[in-house]
Amino acid sequence: MLQDKDRIFTNLYGLHDSGLKGARSRGSWDGTKAILAKGRDGIINEIKASGLRGRGGAGFPTGLKWSFMPKQVGPRPHYLIVNADESEPGTCKDREIMRHDPHLLIEGCLIAGFAMGANAGYIYVRGEFVRERERLQAAIDEAYEAKLIGKDNIHGWDFDLYVHHGAGAYICGEETALLESLEGKKGMPRLKPPFPANVGLYGCPSTVNNVESIAVAPDIMRRGAAWFSSIGRPNNTGTKLFCISGHVNKPCNVEEAMSIPLRELVEKHAGGVRGGWDNLLAVIPGGSSVRCLPAPLCNDLPMDFDSLVKLKSGLGTAAVIVMDKSTDIVRAIARIAYFYRHESCGQCTPCREGTGWMWRVVSRMAEGRAQKREIDMLLEVSQQVEGHTICALGDAAAWPIQGLITHFRGEIERRIDEYAANPHSEPVAVAAE
Amino acid sequence: MATRRLAPPEVQPKEFAFTAENLAWAKTQIAKYPDGRQASAVIPLLWKAQEQAGGWLPQKAIEHVAGMLGMADIRVLEVATFYTMFNLEPVGKFNVQVCGTTPCVLRGADEIKKICKRRIGDEHHVSADGKLSWVEVECLGACVNAPMVQVNYDFFEDLTPENFEKVLDELQAGRMPKPGTQIDRQFSAPVGGPTTLTDPSIYKKKNGQDAEPVGAALTDDKAKRPGEAANVRDAGTPQAPVADKTAPRGR
Repeated sequence: MLQDKDRIFTNLYGLHDSGLKGARSRGSWDGTKAILAKGRDGIINEIKASGLRGRGGAGFPTGLKWSFMPKQVGPRPHYLIVNADESEPGTCKDREIMRHDPHLLIEGCLIAGFAMGANAGYIYVRGEFVRERERLQAAIDEAYEAKLIGKDNIHGWDFDLYVHHGAGAYICGEETALLESLEGKKGMPRLKPPFPANVGLYGCPSTVNNVESIAVAPDIMRRGAAWFSSIGRPNNTGTKLFCISGHVNKPCNVEEAMSIPLRELVEKHAGGVRGGWDNLLAVIPGGSSVRCLPAPLCNDLPMDFDSLVKLKSGLGTAAVIVMDKSTDIVRAIARIAYFYRHESCGQCTPCREGTGWMWRVVSRMAEGRAQKREIDMLLEVSQQVEGHTICALGDAAAWPIQGLITHFRGEIERRIDEYAANPHSEPVAVAAE
Repeated sequence: MATRRLAPPEVQPKEFAFTAENLAWAKTQIAKYPDGRQASAVIPLLWKAQEQAGGWLPQKAIEHVAGMLGMADIRVLEVATFYTMFNLEPVGKFNVQVCGTTPCVLRGADEIKKICKRRIGDEHHVSADGKLSWVEVECLGACVNAPMVQVNYDFFEDLTPENFEKVLDELQAGRMPKPGTQIDRQFSAPVGGPTTLTDPSIYKKKNGQDAEPVGAALTDDKAKRPGEAANVRDAGTPQAPVADKTAPRGR
């Protein structure tokens, strides 16, 4: 188990002062100037050596991402964009950082901005987080006042930081949709390439990072890459904020070591599965977008990127949604399918039409009002949506359904049999609606 | 995608203009973005317009914002209809947004929706006194405090049918209840106190003095109210049956 001294988010639960004074007493803004003195390459190499992988879901190495920015600042300014549009169902970690540990984020923005040659940064907060936005803005104002950021600050790198917000669109968590939204348009993802590092915000080189990826950077620089990479397993290093929700006795957020076994995570911090571990039905290990895992696969499951990918699931945002045996799993996944139908931006046909179609079919399956051959049809359609859209929302909509069919086909068939065994006045509907 | 249209002409106000105060605020927002990129401020400005118009966005407000930012009306209309937090029809003074996504459903959001339907009426419908309306929304990002609702700008978390009824009582009386968790709990920490960050030594300065009081007063959730000073004593609040692992909490 991770020791308290190795935790980065020491005010995760808001027990202490989140203001500048309190943050400083917990080590923020300590020796920031010396960190910047290591130079752009020094910082990027340290982040690369730490093995930090992006905390927003895809797990792309953060140091590598920063290194994609042009080495020299040309006529187009560079921008740092922080993705605080946290909307993945099950995920509520960035919210805690913004309201309880905002200075970790602000200091991280300065360091990351310096490392990529950006003199301006925008933090894109989801619209619903009104109070969190106010807290973050208050912390930024404090930092300006103390001349920690802004023009002619004590760190010698001019850096302006602005809070921007959305208005309730999940898709704006996708980096190019976020950039579109930040430019004042509908949040419809852009085709890549060109990648944001070349053509991003306002056509300028930009890098979009998750809140947690940025907020851990100052501690990595202070304590060293070797410290960070000593936690977890190779290629899956560091500490991670886990959000444990659903059928556990004590749902909570907790910072733990990467690769912690799922069972230990749930039993130690979340009070165990409701009704005991044997009452576990399935777990969605990384936010609603990843494939669910049935209980037999969860016994010795290290929670990290690589081991979950092996099971065709994913760590995603490390939002663990626990479902016990009382769960109507088909309905739970149908609700997730509805979420994607609601949040599809409508740009690509496979996603716009596919998410609605999949939701309708899986909802019927939840009632048993379907044909067994439709299960394979649903699987095939989900594979037609997956990978055939501009952004990953199509994939994210397909994966939960694929996970359901892979692991709970028997349950769907049982319902169909049950429905068919009872006489109904309405005939079974056909798939195409 | 959802079909979203402007409110019918009969409810649309004849005109809209920012108040002087909001206009000054809008200018500070536009100043955040580089010259010529004022369109970036469209979401914050529409948001303010919605706030000024009483919680929803009339057509005239959309046109007013378009004029201020030098954007075509249709571009702003696109934004207003794309983002679901812009209410295109009037809402109650307190607009209750119930999170209905899976993590909340697993912990009883369906009960919360039933209560809304019983006490407020149909979704997207303003109660007769104009105080309340409700709508089911997608994940609001407080999943470890599920089920939860957002009322205007505040989150109400860890709801049970009982404490949600109390929240609604307050709202119906025109008062805003205390936001945040509705049970005895420290933000997103486990009920009964954190399992981590309990080592006081990490909050000590290098010279050995306490940097700040370690929040022990708040971890003791039996005798004091979380958030109050340590000397404010209160009768022990009913605890969730966490010790009894077989009993589902909040049912």
